[in-house]
Amino acid sequence: MYTQGLNIEAGDKSIPLEDRNSALMQRFQSRIDAEEKVEPTDWMPEGYRKTLIRQISQHAHSEIVGMLPEGNWITRAPSLRRKMILLAKVQDEGGHGLYLYSAAETLGISRAELIDQLLTGKAKYSSIFNYPTPTWADVGAIGWLVDGAAIMNQVPLCRCSYGPYARAMIRVCKEESFHQRQGYEIMIALSQGTAEQKRMAQEALNRWWWPSLMMFGPSDAASLHSSQNMAWKIKRVSNDELRQKFVDVTVPQAEFLGLTVPDPDLRWNGETGHYEFGEIDWTEFNQVLAGNGPCNRDRMKKRRKAHDDGAWVREAALAHAEKRRARQAMTAAAAE
Amino acid sequence: MSQRDWPLYEVFVRARNGMSHRHVGSVHAADPAMAVEMARDVYTRRSEGVSLWVVPSAAIIASDPRDKDVMFETMGDKIYRHPTFYDIPADVKNI
Amino acid sequence: MDQGLFSYLLRQGDSCLILGHRLSEWCGHAPQLELDIALANIALDLTGQADAFLGLAAEVEGQGRDADALAFHRDVLDYRNLLLVELPNEDFGLTIARQFLFDAWQVEFYGALARSSDQRVAALAAKGLREATYHERFSGEWLVRLGDGTDESHARAQAAIDELWTYTGEMFECDALVAGLVERGIAPDHRGLKAAWDARVADVLAEATLRRPADGWMQSGGLKGRHGEALGHLLAEMQFLPRAYPGARW
Repeated sequence: MYTQGLNIEAGDKSIPLEDRNSALMQRFQSRIDAEEKVEPTDWMPEGYRKTLIRQISQHAHSEIVGMLPEGNWITRAPSLRRKMILLAKVQDEGGHGLYLYSAAETLGISRAELIDQLLTGKAKYSSIFNYPTPTWADVGAIGWLVDGAAIMNQVPLCRCSYGPYARAMIRVCKEESFHQRQGYEIMIALSQGTAEQKRMAQEALNRWWWPSLMMFGPSDAASLHSSQNMAWKIKRVSNDELRQKFVDVTVPQAEFLGLTVPDPDLRWNGETGHYEFGEIDWTEFNQVLAGNGPCNRDRMKKRRKAHDDGAWVREAALAHAEKRRARQAMTAAAAE
Repeated sequence: MSQRDWPLYEVFVRARNGMSHRHVGSVHAADPAMAVEMARDVYTRRSEGVSLWVVPSAAIIASDPRDKDVMFETMGDKIYRHPTFYDIPADVKNI
Repeated sequence: MDQGLFSYLLRQGDSCLILGHRLSEWCGHAPQLELDIALANIALDLTGQADAFLGLAAEVEGQGRDADALAFHRDVLDYRNLLLVELPNEDFGLTIARQFLFDAWQVEFYGALARSSDQRVAALAAKGLREATYHERFSGEWLVRLGDGTDESHARAQAAIDELWTYTGEMFECDALVAGLVERGIAPDHRGLKAAWDARVADVLAEATLRRPADGWMQSGGLKGRHGEALGHLLAEMQFLPRAYPGARW
């Protein structure tokens, strides 16, 4: 999902393995097992803290980078209503990134450090945002598929064991519900529109379907950190389970639109009550995560440019605040 | 690291008249006026509030979680502070 | 059709639309995440005001057009926005300076327009006034931070004010169109907005340690459809879909 990078870093030495049998660890685990929330000042294993920082920041970075593909259409939205909806939606993503950075900061890392990790390429963000949005239908497809997949992942995170993350996710989910609906509404308009619009919609589905399935991360068998993260209730539902759920709810929605899901192996299994679907191209997934997606370079270039271009503004605001403090101190001293 | 962060402020929102302010998250801002405006833009986009507080995060003084037993659990047996502690015959009204 | 009122409403709607569009260009690219969100809020307010003014213009026109038709199917010659708002963003300094000069005017303007004899116009102005008041506080405070910040920010803010000053005269023009509406009690005399604007701008510039440029030659023409080069590019981008797919619904 937005934190799929967690799953692929084999042999990661930065997450310490702690003695699971120590008294502190056992007490911690029993609190988690009892569904108690962990709060910032509580004792927590270093591995738990680091995993959370990484997961929450990847999630935050995904929201921020995720502003770019849809932001690509803010100035070209086809009506005033669509323009306002899209602007409010991309703004929400910025807000969600901000709530999540706030949650990460409660774990003892600063926003500046987190942004630095993103801009230097040390931190990952979701592979999905490295795909381009060449047509207006891509805005619809992102809302429908990408936000749809995100909601599926995020609802269980509202029950995450770490209090600030869980609370941020509750807020995110509440706001997110309009995102998927506006995306699907765009798809309805296109699929009921002219032949050119229908083509746009189908092409967008063709391009976004597989990357959306990849968003859930590697299959459970190949996922490295899952079991510890499940035990700590940082992660609550497995990748494959969520992916299956997504396919099951999304295929009928595609049918309603009269669009074809680009998977020749897709079929309904009446016995299991689930759709069966084809093999995901994990080579592509790994390449995109490794930096070779169609837009990785461009996304990072834009983020770095915004950050660099804004440096003088951030500095100016701090300098002004300091001047103001100094003047107030002088006035106060003079009054004494 | 390339930049100094703007200071962190905790944000509290009063959702409706008559309710108390409740912690909702934080923002970075260079000065107090900016903090109020940032908090407004970030946390009340959907009419979530009628009033805001921002407090420099560094100014919050919190209890030490290691003191939890000493500070809070000693209150558990003071059940006489709760109205249910007292037996009043059911026939007695308005008490 | 009330041609005077129609054109006047276009002027207000177009200025809001174009400035909102310019601000929306920042979304995802602002100097700080909190500013992405703040600028988007102002852009949304302005686009909403544009929608309302253009909607009313379409109603006054009575030819079956709506706000979208007016926004997406007029070319440069028929746009009636102030020249000030179509200028490209350049940097955050110019964006803030442009915003403040406009906001300080819009607060005065909406305050006066809220007393319009046309109830529909007065209602739009009253609603817009609340938003503009907040915008002006935001942009004014930011101009102070930049002007009285670092040497670099001071230089950028001063350069922006100097560059924009020649575009401020247009906000106070009272041509025959406005004069006609003033007579009917629908519009305020825009010349009358200048004193309060001057005072407010002087206060903020002083606090920002910025120099107020002299009132020299003022650029004019946007309100009559004589625009610079930037607007055509903006419209080409904004209107692309409705123009490329005539008749399509989105």
